[in-house]
Amino acid sequence: MNDEQSSHIEGPVCPMPLRHDEKIVMGHGSGGRMSHDLIGRLFQRPFDNPALRAANDAGVVTVPPGRLAISTDSHVVAPLFFPGGDIGRLAVCGTVNDLAMMGATPLYLTAGFILEEGLDVAVLARVVESMQAVAAEAGVTIVAGDTKVVQRGKGDGLYINTAGVGVLVHDREIGGANAEPGDVVILSGPMGDHGIAVLGARGDLGFEADVASDVAPLNHLMMAMMAASDRIHVLRDPTRGGVATTLNEIARQSNVAIILDERAVPIRPPVAAACEMLGFDPLYIANEGKLLAFVPAEDANDVIGVMRATRYGEEATIIGSVQASPGGRVLLRTCIGSTRVVDMLAGEMLPRIC
Amino acid sequence: MKYVTEYRDAELVGATIREIGRIVTRPWVIMEICGGQTHAIVRHGIDQLLPPEIELVHGPGCPVCVTPLELIDKALDIAARPNAIFTSYGDMLRVPGSNGDLFAVRAAGGDVRVVYSPLDAVKIAQANPDKEVVFFAIGFETTAPANAMSVLQARALGLTNYSVLVSHVCVPPAMHAILGSPLNRVQGFLAAGHVNAVMGYWEYPAIAERYHVPIVVTGFEPLDVATGILAVVRQLEEGRAEVENAYGRAVTLAGNTLAQQVIDQVFAVRDRQWRGVGLIPASGWGLRPEFADFDAETRFDVGEIRTQESPACIAGQILQGLKKPHDCPAFGVQCTPETPLGATMVSSEGACAAYYRYGRHLTIDDLRATNDVVYLGQPS
Repeated sequence: MNDEQSSHIEGPVCPMPLRHDEKIVMGHGSGGRMSHDLIGRLFQRPFDNPALRAANDAGVVTVPPGRLAISTDSHVVAPLFFPGGDIGRLAVCGTVNDLAMMGATPLYLTAGFILEEGLDVAVLARVVESMQAVAAEAGVTIVAGDTKVVQRGKGDGLYINTAGVGVLVHDREIGGANAEPGDVVILSGPMGDHGIAVLGARGDLGFEADVASDVAPLNHLMMAMMAASDRIHVLRDPTRGGVATTLNEIARQSNVAIILDERAVPIRPPVAAACEMLGFDPLYIANEGKLLAFVPAEDANDVIGVMRATRYGEEATIIGSVQASPGGRVLLRTCIGSTRVVDMLAGEMLPRIC
Repeated sequence: MKYVTEYRDAELVGATIREIGRIVTRPWVIMEICGGQTHAIVRHGIDQLLPPEIELVHGPGCPVCVTPLELIDKALDIAARPNAIFTSYGDMLRVPGSNGDLFAVRAAGGDVRVVYSPLDAVKIAQANPDKEVVFFAIGFETTAPANAMSVLQARALGLTNYSVLVSHVCVPPAMHAILGSPLNRVQGFLAAGHVNAVMGYWEYPAIAERYHVPIVVTGFEPLDVATGILAVVRQLEEGRAEVENAYGRAVTLAGNTLAQQVIDQVFAVRDRQWRGVGLIPASGWGLRPEFADFDAETRFDVGEIRTQESPACIAGQILQGLKKPHDCPAFGVQCTPETPLGATMVSSEGACAAYYRYGRHLTIDDLRATNDVVYLGQPS
């Protein structure tokens, strides 16, 4: 077999004799020439860096001294593209933010792709391009990757897993168990944008909502906050389950009471309107570019000041405070001055009947 | 948000509640009929702010809660069939039947889909001509027009694969049943504003007169609810029993006559079972005989259904205003939103779910403790 022929014949695992530039076929996951071709064209070129270029079984990198933070996150979203983002941006930001919420500087990511047979290669290319753009913005490098192809009908087009490594160059302890009475709770901007944007993109709202997802890398915001105060006790991004679920986790981990002020919690009017229509509580709607911070009240002004000077923290505000009891509870002072409990959600949030 | 923010104004709500405190001279029991109002009252903690003389009891107006167990079991049976696409409002999916819920049917391979409107179910029927598409047409007068419209639309499109599993109930017969009971405690009603937006309130003066109870058509925001309570208390204190409309921005005496015509065209009055309450004569609607082709109950032979309610559940007494959720020994213990024993713990409009979600299983001391917190305010 000469070179001319071999460039057109894909090997025994793929029944299709010709190149497939348009759609993902099973052969792209064979590990053979089609896989190499796909990886070379679609992944290596945009993600290009020395570790990836070496094309070995693992990316070899150097890390600065300090403790390592390691995290992983799998991403499943329909549709793959929605106002404000796409599954690729989501996959990079998800892991970058998980690392950043520990006070770590995210450095390296890996990306695993589960592709469904029949996926447009152009769609995949757009997703990869979006991943590279946001990775560059966050300052992280994608140093290893993997692709698998599943039969048509066995996946929703594209799933992405990312794992990441970050380094803690300081010895501060940040975590959900560190909230203290006297802390205030800061939210970096209006809540619920991501969840409502995705519902709208699915056509599930039954009406148009002018809302874009907030999906964004928060590591630069985190770094600015860490520079403004060395007493940040908790950082966490309120993703699935929303602000209410995240605050319940923190209240339980720290055994403190968190008191929210309903009037202080920021929400965009179209998100509020969509929630009213559907009977959703925006406190439980997902965010992908927001963080909650617990800091001593004395440091709040400094922290909010630097947050508001960054791109993803312009609308940062205090939404509540921490007290000793009742431990493990999140309470809300309502707009009319009464108090109620904000609990974890039982299961899926379901639209009401009337 | 227009028509919302101004009705959540702490000053206006506070002034209304102070006025209630000023005029009240003795204890009164007031029932809000609608589950949406129950939810609003508990979510905003309106009952915490009321003077101790006023007791709010929660009515039967939760459509998910009163849908009979037998019909849920039928839904589970139909949804599990391989040739069926079963469509429903989201709330119904978690309601326990005798044996599991619609989520469990879906997990076992049944094609169960949440729709936001029955007209979406008609579209699904159009797109899947080889499947039987069934819509779970439950609810009060509020959902009836859209449900009826879906049947008219399916007929106009010539669809032969669309049917509805109907369990429609109406508010006035339930008010008669509650007021006519020897155990009744209710002295005044907040009528369900959404129902009245469709039906008007011309049916209510007869009830007010017969049982000598004030009935006030009431909305769903804190100021609406407080205004409705004030109007009921004022009537009670003055010995009056009249029908008033405190929700004028949405409700007229005649209601939406076009919607009423659509309901009348498709549905006829019939007796209905109410889960937890029992049979109430002429209390709901079923399909008229000329629409029998669209009736899932005749289209699918589900055989004999033997229902099994949880013996621990007191939902029936709660729906009649005889007990409160936390009077139930199972509340928050065996019965939680994760493992509901009855429908009142499932629906977002169910009284037990509202009490649980907004923490009424905590002691009042826990809630009062938060009043010691000094709010820090926003940085400038």
